[in-house]
Amino acid sequence: MLAKRLPFAALCAVLTLVMGLPILGLNLTPQGIHIVLKSAPSATFMWIALGAAVVFLFQLFKDYLSGFWRQVPLPKASSFTPNLEGRKRIYAERAGWFLVAVLAFAMPFFASRGATALGNLVLIYVILGLGLNIVVGLAGLLDLGYVAFYAVGAYSYALLHQYFGFGFWEALPISAILAATFGFVLGFPVLRLRGDYLAIVTLGFGEIIRIVINNMTWLTGGPNGIGGIPNPTLFNMEFGRIVKDPGDTLFYKVLGIEYNSNHKVIFLYLITLVFALFTVFVIKRLTKMPVGRAWEALREDEIACRSLGLSRTGIKLSAFTLGAFFAGFAGCVFAAKQSFISPDSFNLYESVIVLVIVVLGGMGSQVGIILAAAILTMLPELARDMAQYRMLFFGLLMVLMMIWRPQGLIPMKRTPVELARE
Amino acid sequence: MHEQMLYFLQQLLNGLTVGSAYALIAIGYTMVYGIIGMINFAHGEIYMIGAYIALITITGLATLNITFLPVVLVIALVLAMIVSSAFGWSMERVAYRPLRGGNRLNPLISAIGVSYFLKNYVLLAQGSRDIGFPLLIKGSWTFGDPNGFEANFSYMQLTIFIVTIVCMVALTLFISKSRLGRACRAVAQDLKMANLLGIDTHKIIAATFVIGSALAAVAGMLLGMYYGSIDPEFGFIAGLKAFTAAVLGGIGSIPGAMLGGIVLGVAESFTSAYLSTDYKDVVSFLLLILILLFRPSGLLGKPEVEKI
Repeated sequence: MLAKRLPFAALCAVLTLVMGLPILGLNLTPQGIHIVLKSAPSATFMWIALGAAVVFLFQLFKDYLSGFWRQVPLPKASSFTPNLEGRKRIYAERAGWFLVAVLAFAMPFFASRGATALGNLVLIYVILGLGLNIVVGLAGLLDLGYVAFYAVGAYSYALLHQYFGFGFWEALPISAILAATFGFVLGFPVLRLRGDYLAIVTLGFGEIIRIVINNMTWLTGGPNGIGGIPNPTLFNMEFGRIVKDPGDTLFYKVLGIEYNSNHKVIFLYLITLVFALFTVFVIKRLTKMPVGRAWEALREDEIACRSLGLSRTGIKLSAFTLGAFFAGFAGCVFAAKQSFISPDSFNLYESVIVLVIVVLGGMGSQVGIILAAAILTMLPELARDMAQYRMLFFGLLMVLMMIWRPQGLIPMKRTPVELARE
Repeated sequence: MHEQMLYFLQQLLNGLTVGSAYALIAIGYTMVYGIIGMINFAHGEIYMIGAYIALITITGLATLNITFLPVVLVIALVLAMIVSSAFGWSMERVAYRPLRGGNRLNPLISAIGVSYFLKNYVLLAQGSRDIGFPLLIKGSWTFGDPNGFEANFSYMQLTIFIVTIVCMVALTLFISKSRLGRACRAVAQDLKMANLLGIDTHKIIAATFVIGSALAAVAGMLLGMYYGSIDPEFGFIAGLKAFTAAVLGGIGSIPGAMLGGIVLGVAESFTSAYLSTDYKDVVSFLLLILILLFRPSGLLGKPEVEKI
């Protein structure tokens, strides 16, 4: 048995060395106008050798290991959520959501300013993740240019403010609708394509939007971005120390309290939370509506759907447009939070991060996505030394998730339809 | 008039040069797609790794005082092909094979993961800045008026043409004449049937990844030297363009990939010459979208029939 695996294990070990040694071991370093090769520190070579040894042993004993793995009881998907029947489950779910919402609302009043700002970022990613979830998780369309709609939302607000003096609340619906329009216009011709073509076209579209924003300097400021975007107001009350817009009043003066710069952070967090809850609610209702069920049906079997008379393009288009709508929404909130946006914030990395959130959380599962958004946004903040390894880790995570748990951390649960008892 | 003609010829030449390298990368996409129907997003990264290995080898040989040009080039090319093939093979083995037969979306997501992993692997090991790639093949033929516009046909461009043509001919012979090539065609035609007839399809799929990766490494070395600098990001755009080329020619068709690469290279070169360099990348994406909309089967591809 072992002798049979030996050549293959040796091959794998050699390949590990071939892939590791030249790239990790020899570093190209510019020296003046020349480039010289510098050998990496000996620890690196130790690591490569260790890696090769591990690969060798793993391949050699793979059969034993896989037999051993099978005996380890893996937690089943259903064991994460209590198995309640019918009504009880719905009530338990509602109670859970309510509890989470209350905790989230209370958080900024106890947490530090930094934690609140981080929470805000998490919530923006929650909105993005939930929006992309409609497209990727529910409708099964791989969209790699999701960040384009996010950019459209953010730039809509920034430009509407710069050229027409729009405030946050006026610009919010417009940005979301503009992003949705972009989604519609792009989706209309493209959604007839097969899944993998769609991925690449959306990826290209995301890049086009970024390049165009970068090059249209006269309109968007190009790589310098747009600054001075106002923060949201509450009934025309501003949260700064002095009034920026002549028509507005000041929050601390109206309420007669001491000025505190934290008010603004807390307020931003709270409205983002409201938007995130709104997103959760809308999408949750949508999945129970015919259109939501059609998304999933189309994902599972396109041909069966069409033979049942569902319009393929119509359904895909609705998913795509709605996904873009929420991205535009998140973009507008992001612009208001940052006060400054530039094309750098909307590169392909962002699309991939949102995709990782959806994949990790579980395609279609809202709870999973919220959890994944929280983990993936907070992790790099907590481990700043490891920040450079972030994308390496994300890439690995995507592959491993696909191999071991393609349904995500918390797989989606279908909501059964229940008829009222007589 | 004469001068404009020369300018036109120069652009055509530049386009053909880059286009033939795109064609080499596009073959990897098209072969993998033809057999398992999957876009290998990480293919551009293999190309980038090929360029890095070639540069590392060239620099290493220079340190060892080996400067005889043909030897240096051949060693660099061979090593780049070997290492890239190792990456291609392992990638298929680790990230794609376990997912075969499942949901169509899964291998795509896995491929994006591999792409990011490899890009950051090189980035962390070699740094993110541009590194100059020495132009080893110097010199050129010049045409035209020395006081006006001069068209240049450099030896580097000639090398790219020759190497590409050699690779293409070798690949065509391999696919049409050899036993393994015949098996490749059989698997591309009908994977299940080929399996029933005793072809080890896993092996054939691995072989396609290896061939595609080796060709991408050749392109990586040639284009790296032609452009004069490389960085860990440069596989991404090249990968996208090569994919566009594969789709343009008709994905799954090897002559299509060759034709598509050249057409794309020329189109791109003319855009940057006559329109604007800023929008060079936009044009290739737009081209991709337009082909997908109006002729999804590409120039030489067969229209896909949906089976129920």
